[in-house]
Amino acid sequence: MDFFVVQILTGLSNAAALFLVASGLSIIFGVTRVVNFSHGSFYMLGAFIGYSLMTVLPGFIGFWASILLAGVAVGVIGLIVEMGVLRPIYKSPELFQLVATFGVILVIQDLTLLIWGPDDLIGKRSPGFEGVVKIGDQLLPSYDLVLIFLSFLVLGGLWFLFNKTRVGILVRAATQDREMVGALGVNQSWLFSGVFFLGSALAGIGGAAQLPKGGADLLMDFNILAPVFVVVVIGGMGSIPGAFVAALIISELNVFGVQLLPQSTLVLMFVVMAVVLIFRPWGLFGRPETLGSHGSQGPPEAPLRAFSGRLWLALAAAAIALTAVPLFGGTFLQVLLADVIIACLFATSLHFILGLGGLVSFGHAATFGGGAYAAALLVQYAEAPMEMAMLFAPLAAGLLALVIGWFCVRLSGVYFAMLTLAFAQVVWSVAFQWGDVTGGDDGILGIWPSAWASGTTAYYYLVLTLGLGGIATLLFMAYTPFGYALRGGRDSALRSEAIGINVRLVQWSAFIFAGFMSGLAGALFVFAKGSIFPTELEIARSFDALIIVFLGGVQSLFGPLAGGVVFTLLQDWLSRFEYWRLFLGLMIIGIVILLPNGLVGVGQWVRNRLGAAPGKPEEEAA
Amino acid sequence: MLELERINAFYGRAHILHDLSLSVSDGEVVALLGRNGAGKSTTMKSIMRLVAAQSGRITYAGQDITAMPPHKIAKLGVGYVPEERRIFTDLTILENLEVGRQPPRAGAPEWTPEKLFELFPNLQERRKNLGGAMSGGEQQMLTIARTLMGNPKFVLLDEPSEGLAPVIVEQVAFTIRELKKLGLTILLSEQNLHFAKLVADRAYIIERGAVQYDGTIEELENNEEVRKAYLSV
Repeated sequence: MDFFVVQILTGLSNAAALFLVASGLSIIFGVTRVVNFSHGSFYMLGAFIGYSLMTVLPGFIGFWASILLAGVAVGVIGLIVEMGVLRPIYKSPELFQLVATFGVILVIQDLTLLIWGPDDLIGKRSPGFEGVVKIGDQLLPSYDLVLIFLSFLVLGGLWFLFNKTRVGILVRAATQDREMVGALGVNQSWLFSGVFFLGSALAGIGGAAQLPKGGADLLMDFNILAPVFVVVVIGGMGSIPGAFVAALIISELNVFGVQLLPQSTLVLMFVVMAVVLIFRPWGLFGRPETLGSHGSQGPPEAPLRAFSGRLWLALAAAAIALTAVPLFGGTFLQVLLADVIIACLFATSLHFILGLGGLVSFGHAATFGGGAYAAALLVQYAEAPMEMAMLFAPLAAGLLALVIGWFCVRLSGVYFAMLTLAFAQVVWSVAFQWGDVTGGDDGILGIWPSAWASGTTAYYYLVLTLGLGGIATLLFMAYTPFGYALRGGRDSALRSEAIGINVRLVQWSAFIFAGFMSGLAGALFVFAKGSIFPTELEIARSFDALIIVFLGGVQSLFGPLAGGVVFTLLQDWLSRFEYWRLFLGLMIIGIVILLPNGLVGVGQWVRNRLGAAPGKPEEEAA
Repeated sequence: MLELERINAFYGRAHILHDLSLSVSDGEVVALLGRNGAGKSTTMKSIMRLVAAQSGRITYAGQDITAMPPHKIAKLGVGYVPEERRIFTDLTILENLEVGRQPPRAGAPEWTPEKLFELFPNLQERRKNLGGAMSGGEQQMLTIARTLMGNPKFVLLDEPSEGLAPVIVEQVAFTIRELKKLGLTILLSEQNLHFAKLVADRAYIIERGAVQYDGTIEELENNEEVRKAYLSV
């Protein structure tokens, strides 16, 4: 009995940080309709800032003042992000906002590294709560009780704020109808900034308050993101009681899961989420969303035009040039170009669901890494030859996409984005935790091509054939009836349903097909490198594809190709610098704000300006 | 008090208002008549800048408000009652009123929830109920009350009688006349000439986004040709 009481209390205390971060995310989303992907970074900053403050401010008062001040400091940082990054793009499509907040993650990662260095910091004990409490014959750190108290305090405080104060009432009204609140004389920008401050401050307090339990490290930002998204999806976006209950469920599950099935904690969390989603796709305390109702959809996309004769010529010329590369290019160029082609295939497969289907996936690495791992495992355990591995890897990735997609296509917009990211994190954690099979952090080594393809040039031709073949298939699909149905579902799900298209089925099929192609890219990748590590499944890898698509221009079929070339070369160059994430992050933010149509958009703009292509549909829209 | 000069407004690419001009003087109740889709709501929204006018000029009390954000226009004393009511369904009636509350304004009647409950007695007993749990008529009363909480001098009423039972329509008409007595200026849009007759001094008829006719209510009543051409009587 005592054992259970202590376990329950431990779960409650673990829920505290999760609840603080998730409620902050929910509050921000409720009013601004922005899912702040950098919310995990605010949590991390809270921990680091809190740590530094605690070294300066001593004693009991100093400890709690540090936590509070860390919250205020992070709130101010949130305010800066809101004003500098998000305010210019509130009217842009959701994807822009998500990508911009990812830029913020990169910037904060490197700034944190710059200021606090790479080492993990061990949090100080809370003065007055260093010891343990005895419950029967069981021991519980007394600070756990403090954290439980803190989470109830915050829950009560938020309830008071939202129900008993004018600002809270305005926030609730704005959650429902921002425009009307504005028409009644309330300045929305203040409301937006206010909730951003509050939400970020909550994340900061969460980060600082967990210091005595967890310390501070540079992986905190991504590590908290998946559970927070799970909590928000289970609890219902925008609901604070939902965040509280879901944080409790997840934390208790973790505590008891560790006792019963130590290896299964992460999987358990997702099983619960899956069950909730099947019965209540909008979460326990959320409300159903109406089709295509949320977020700013942006202007309608111009229809894709048929390939012109000149374009065919240019494509043929490019293919010939790439084929001729080994005649004059050295090993380095061939390897680099193979990387470029693999990146292009990976990004084109994402563009297939994102650009054509309007499904913003933030977990595309799951199928890329999934395909790569499938190939590597086949070679490792079944001693399969490269040919067989390359055949099965895309199938395995497609199968993975089939499972993930079944859950995800029930949601749309930001919910879809969060869920895909969370699922990708599951796949990552399986690869990372299941060391006996996947080698864990050490990865799988020695995955080389068959003898005939082992030369640099031979493998380059293999990548060229399969990679370009995959890309061509994806592009071709855009012009098939299936492609029309996919684009129709993107432009108006309701109208597509009304003419008899099963939008969800079409999206699910597209998700599986994209997963298949992404898996092919993964298989080409693993044999090119000879090894595979969990990093290929990381959030950062998913974002690589997103950034490539974004850089190239979401609305253009050739965007991923332009983006893939530029991004791979840029990364090759940038990664020589120590703080390349900082540059990349700033660059992403800059692109989102200044060049919303990507590189291809810039190209079109230049061409239109030069008058080379008069009377284009894009022009008329302007 | 309010002047629209050659306003052009668009929804996406659709050109809705074509060089629309109208004016409302201090203390007047003016009706904007026209069929569904004539551009009445868009006119209302472009005054409030919920739809941005692409060209033309809107002045209120001598101030150019064409490019002002909605909350600043509201702060000048313009109250907007939307056609779709747009009640905050998750908030109680009192909380809905609180969202509309603004500081007192010189030269405008000052409203409190208590005063509004005198005007709309059915709201009183349901003050703690959620906005979403009310009937259409009650919601209409609440939207008007919510806007009045901002102590406006000028009220835009978008189709206030739409979809309401006759008894409630009379109550709305009574309310509008009360507001006129208190010195408020009102621009209301309406499909129904009979309702406009009950409350308005003057009327504009708009069709395809442009003013087709303007005159006093009496003149309009006596002009059968115009009524037949533009209003479904």
